[in-house]
Amino acid sequence: MASRRINRITRFNVTALALGFAFLYLPIVILVIYSFNDSRLVTVWGGWSLRWYREFFNDRAMLDAAWMSLRVAAVSATIATILGTLAAVALTRGERFGGRMLFSGMLYAPLVMPEVISGLSLLLLFVALDAGRGFWTVTIAHTTLTMCFVTVVVQSRLGQIDRSLEEAAMDLGCNPAQAFLSVTLPLIIPSIAAGWMLAFTLSLDDVVIASFTTGPGSATLPIRIYSEVRLGVKPEINAICTMVIALIAIVITAASFASRLSRVQGESAAPL
Amino acid sequence: MSARRIFARPARFAAIAPYLWMVLFFLVPFGFVLKIALSQTAIAQPPYVPVFDFMGGREAITAALEQLSFDNFKLLVSDDLYILSYLRSLTVALVSTAILLLIGYPIAYGMARLPQRWQPVAMMLVIVPFWTSFLIRIYAWINILQHDGLLNTVLLKLHLVSAPLVWLSTDSAMYIGIVYSYLPFMILPLYATLAKMDVSLLEAAADLGASPRQAFWQVTVPLSLPGVGAGALLCFIPIVGEFVIPDLLAGSDAMMIGQTLWLEFFTNKDWPVASAVAVVLLVLLVAPLLLYERLQHRQLEAR
Repeated sequence: MASRRINRITRFNVTALALGFAFLYLPIVILVIYSFNDSRLVTVWGGWSLRWYREFFNDRAMLDAAWMSLRVAAVSATIATILGTLAAVALTRGERFGGRMLFSGMLYAPLVMPEVISGLSLLLLFVALDAGRGFWTVTIAHTTLTMCFVTVVVQSRLGQIDRSLEEAAMDLGCNPAQAFLSVTLPLIIPSIAAGWMLAFTLSLDDVVIASFTTGPGSATLPIRIYSEVRLGVKPEINAICTMVIALIAIVITAASFASRLSRVQGESAAPL
Repeated sequence: MSARRIFARPARFAAIAPYLWMVLFFLVPFGFVLKIALSQTAIAQPPYVPVFDFMGGREAITAALEQLSFDNFKLLVSDDLYILSYLRSLTVALVSTAILLLIGYPIAYGMARLPQRWQPVAMMLVIVPFWTSFLIRIYAWINILQHDGLLNTVLLKLHLVSAPLVWLSTDSAMYIGIVYSYLPFMILPLYATLAKMDVSLLEAAADLGASPRQAFWQVTVPLSLPGVGAGALLCFIPIVGEFVIPDLLAGSDAMMIGQTLWLEFFTNKDWPVASAVAVVLLVLLVAPLLLYERLQHRQLEAR
């Protein structure tokens, strides 16, 4: 009786959720709708049109920036996933080692570190090393940031897995590497995939760190969008944003598919 | 030796590559920030006078130590511009965190009280906007808040205002943007603690005669404090250094410290001062960062 009273859906709860989700989604929905607006003015509805999408595909500089961003995102997400997974394994399964506190500290700090600080410090490093700035410097910078997110995602999954499974595999004659590859890895693959996708979208999104670490002539898509947005609303930007949202939606669908797979296998994998 | 120990030994070596990476690309760069912050501004490329020359041996290092200059830090203290931006950053971060808590708590609470099968859906709905580009979400608000944007159009149609209001380049626009961008970071930790809470405690409170309101304030709120702390830090720390949101949505009369750093670096090309700004910002954030690390550590490693 009491439990029913506590768990009932009150009007307050429903209102809070409805308003909350409306606040989160309405601006994005409006942005997408207006990307199909034929009129140049945001207030005037000039009918449905793909005009601004055509404009984007004729915009050489924007296309170059988009291609640069996709390459940076794919490469940095891949390196970040490998390094982040290794870090997560070391933190959850490894013996205590010297500097372990420093290690986990370095991995958690970038999650909240203001991007202006990370960007500035990496740039000063690249200048001191006399590294030519461009694709690789941005990729390294993004890898450093996103591998920390991968670590957290994979680490929380590793924490859920029953360790006796690995021990059983070793009792049955596996060496540690075999036990990891044949027991642990299949269990954490969905969260590794989710980590890769999170790293990919974070990289695709970053303006600040990329602005610091890129060089002349190699602007990423967010840098281009940012400089256009500073000058005001432009329907072409709505079209680009809609396509980025569509790309990310595909990635999220894949990620939720991956986490559903892992739920079928047993425990639920949090996407974050 | 137990199987767990045998597994643990090689697992330790997994740390080597990510460890080296983070030392090289996270820790060492802070050394450079400190070094440049202590050097003199120069009109050159790169625009500072190098302080250390490690190849020069002991004498070169002592000579360099004598050249260390705290001028940049003296400048930060003497010029109002910097102190005002630090204060503004802290104020904005505090106010935003408070608003986020006020809005995020009811939503997280509503989610935690949903029927079990709906909770993963609600959580997904909160996470999805976090995955969509944050720049795009700010841009979406410019669409709505601009002079002839949707908000003014709706307000005019409803005859709530007689002339369009100015939204862009105001503090309200900036707070809307910050709250909008950081809301998932507040909701998720709150939801995590509220969902874990043992409902039978509330039943016990009710059986002992507490009204739902009393039970909420005396049982639910104290038990959710770890989530409140995690959410508040997860929002507060990055907001202090925020650059893009105030730059696009707030007016240009007052700057947050992230904007000041950006201006010094990209417009004034004064790398030493920009580095000094970063060093002081980092010092301000050390306490909240350490607190956050401890919470994160406890949450991820206590299992």
